[in-house]
Amino acid sequence: MMNEKTRPNDYIIDLKHISKSFEDTQVLDDISMYIRRNEFLTLLGPSGCGKTTLLRIIGGFESATEGEVLFEGKNIGDLPPYKRKINTVFQKYALFPHMNVEDNISFGLQIKKMDKKLIQKKVYEMLELVNLKGYEKRSIDSLSGGQQQRIAIARALVNEPQVLLLDEPLGALDLKLRKGMQLELKKIQQKVGITFIYVTHDQEEALTMSDTIAIMNEGRVQQIGTPVDIYNEPKNAFVADFIGESNILQGIMLKDYLVRFHDVDFECVDRGFGENMPIDVVVRPEDIKIVDKDQGMLNGLVESVTFKGVHYEMIVKSTSYSWIVHSTVMSPIGSQVGMVITPPDIHIMKRR
Amino acid sequence: MIRWLKKSYIAVILLVMYAPIALLMIFSFNANRLPVWKGFTLDWYTKMFNDAGIQQAFMYTLLIALVSSLCATVIGTFAAMGIHRMRGWQKKCVLYVTYIPLLSPDIVIGISLMMLFSVIKLPFGLPTLIISHITFSIPYVILSVMPRLQQMNYNLYEAALDLGATPGYAFKKVIFPEIMPGVIAGTFIAFTLSIDDFVVSFFNKGAGVDTLPIKIYSMARKGVNPTINAISTLMFTTIIVVLVATNLKASRKAKDTNR
Amino acid sequence: MNKKSLAIPYLIWSALFIIVPLLLIVYFSFFQEGQFSFQSYQKFLEPYYIKALWRSVQLAFFSTVICLIVAYPLAMLLSGKEMSNKQVVLLLVILPMWMNSLLRTYAWASLLENTGVINSLLQGIGLPTIKFLYGDKAVIFGMVYNFFPFMVLPIYNALCKIDPHLVEASYDLGANKVTTFRKVILPLSMPGVVTGIVMVFMPALTTFLITRLLGGGKVMLIGNIIEEQFTRTRDLSFGSAISMILMVLVLLALTFLGKKDSLDGKGGGLF
Repeated sequence: MMNEKTRPNDYIIDLKHISKSFEDTQVLDDISMYIRRNEFLTLLGPSGCGKTTLLRIIGGFESATEGEVLFEGKNIGDLPPYKRKINTVFQKYALFPHMNVEDNISFGLQIKKMDKKLIQKKVYEMLELVNLKGYEKRSIDSLSGGQQQRIAIARALVNEPQVLLLDEPLGALDLKLRKGMQLELKKIQQKVGITFIYVTHDQEEALTMSDTIAIMNEGRVQQIGTPVDIYNEPKNAFVADFIGESNILQGIMLKDYLVRFHDVDFECVDRGFGENMPIDVVVRPEDIKIVDKDQGMLNGLVESVTFKGVHYEMIVKSTSYSWIVHSTVMSPIGSQVGMVITPPDIHIMKRR
Repeated sequence: MIRWLKKSYIAVILLVMYAPIALLMIFSFNANRLPVWKGFTLDWYTKMFNDAGIQQAFMYTLLIALVSSLCATVIGTFAAMGIHRMRGWQKKCVLYVTYIPLLSPDIVIGISLMMLFSVIKLPFGLPTLIISHITFSIPYVILSVMPRLQQMNYNLYEAALDLGATPGYAFKKVIFPEIMPGVIAGTFIAFTLSIDDFVVSFFNKGAGVDTLPIKIYSMARKGVNPTINAISTLMFTTIIVVLVATNLKASRKAKDTNR
Repeated sequence: MNKKSLAIPYLIWSALFIIVPLLLIVYFSFFQEGQFSFQSYQKFLEPYYIKALWRSVQLAFFSTVICLIVAYPLAMLLSGKEMSNKQVVLLLVILPMWMNSLLRTYAWASLLENTGVINSLLQGIGLPTIKFLYGDKAVIFGMVYNFFPFMVLPIYNALCKIDPHLVEASYDLGANKVTTFRKVILPLSMPGVVTGIVMVFMPALTTFLITRLLGGGKVMLIGNIIEEQFTRTRDLSFGSAISMILMVLVLLALTFLGKKDSLDGKGGGLF
């Protein structure tokens, strides 16, 4: 990847050839990546892709079978979690049910034997940060899911970690609350100015919040980059399919700037794949333009139309493929339409 | 080192727990009345099988356990369903009464029933034993059935009625299968409690009607008697065989469903 | 349709065989040959009986403490994730409960006897024999031995219920293993500890069997005194009065320990 060029003090965590196996199954397979200071990095992938395991290795709850975890250049692989300058927000919050809000938040500070007045002040500040002023004495049971979520964040942040790990922290919240919390989390991250490593399977969440996204599948990092890069230039069919809805077809790169798929030759902007190479083609649903029949490159029959708020989602069946098309104009079910795809919207990827 | 310490900790505890049982078994084959090994013999077993008193006690124990656990299961299961439908103070009151036998010392249960039977002049014997065993077993049945009822989705029952089932049919086809594990567990607990009980039986037995624990107690008070060792060995091995068999069956079942 | 009526047979049963007998104890404790009196309660104030009660409390207390000290680490080991065969060990801990407690106690009696196996062994390797039997120590030992699984199981269940993420969260916040135990694991396992204490202390307080077999008539505990009133001296009134006092003590102890709901585990947690 790109770490060769970066200055070493620019990144806080450096993972080197991390592999992890549980008994016979390999969960992580030779993962190398770095995480910059103050960045919001999301590990994104379907369930079982190893993202949570990777997070737990960084947090110190699992140890890697092979490889090193460098924290500010030092190997922390053997350090127990309580000696790492990293804190975690757990999936179901893991708030201590036998303590009230204040005791939960001050748990880490009390262990450090901090002055009581100072603890009180810090708890107050944290509650202010997460918008729960005055909740000090409340019991955990009396809080809603969203409030528990905030307390969990406050409990981790009050220890002033250099890195905050978040394991699908919004998974248990309903959609509306999630949206609000996404923005708030991003705000908090900017305010405290530390590194967030965020695990989720929700691509929209990842795109909204992250500076950098690492897409994982089957124990490997498939692609790492900014949300825009990943959305626009998916490296392979998995990434394309996972980030947003996509039409993915098999095709042949005939030569530079010319690709054949769906038995039609298309102009494109890619080159350097060689001649007559089998490749995957990705076309985003919003990049397909609906025109009158026979006016486009392909013809198809509108099979279904779903109103999605801003746009209509249509399934258009052509001779050998069902296209997902997003359009602000609706074409009625059963009508014949044409489709136009312009060269920059055709993304070519190496076949895996 | 720490691993070794942990293992030896468990080993010592198990050793203390099983030492007496193992020795009991060994000495049931000992050709010596005293606990000094003198050679192998099956004398104590033949003695045990020829002892009419022991055999009778065994039969009584089994009979009482069967009858009382079945009665307790029926009464307790219906009671649990009734209590489940109750609300507020009514439910609270009944539950408190249910807790009484669980929380009172065995000896108090024993003597209170004994006084009742002598007041109403019910002759001590098989009936008094069975009644007292049912009494201390019911709460265990109720408490193992209740959680099942609470977990059960009440809509299931309503759905059955909605589809045309009579309440009786709905109970048979919907409720009962759902609470079955709790009922079986309750019966099992009642049965083992009955077999194991000494204190309550001790106060409520009649002349000539002994259960095994009582028989063992009276034999033990007379001093060392290897016939007791033989009985215990036999009982313990039976229990182990039953437990291992049911466990194997259960794990095999679990494997089947996994596939 | 009134489904509450399903409980009627049980209500009748418990009225007849639980409520009425308890009322009889209350009645007999206050009436002697039809005459109301506090005599039986006054009799209990005699030093002999007060001493017996105090001794019962002491012995039950010591055996509960010993059970707790031995059982907690065992329950921790069993609920931990590093042991592979813990299911087997757990089964082994429970298994003796299916053997009549009378038999097991009796087995210890024959082991500990002056001419018993342990002393024979000691003699065999040239050590002096020890007089184990008939005394407080033997009784405490018998109580611990008999009621030990009742302490292990509730604690084990409570420990298993603790969300492993809470332990991880504690480590994550900087607590080491000792602090995590003190501040997270121990408080969260308290319901199990309370249940265990109740389940060991109560039968230990009221036993007359263990005292008889291992105390050899030398140790008179409250249970033995009650038993005597009904089998030998036939003083029903006095026996009832002691039973009443015992019940009140048990109730007080339970309220003191709070959490009646944690007792739900009494049957469920065991089998």
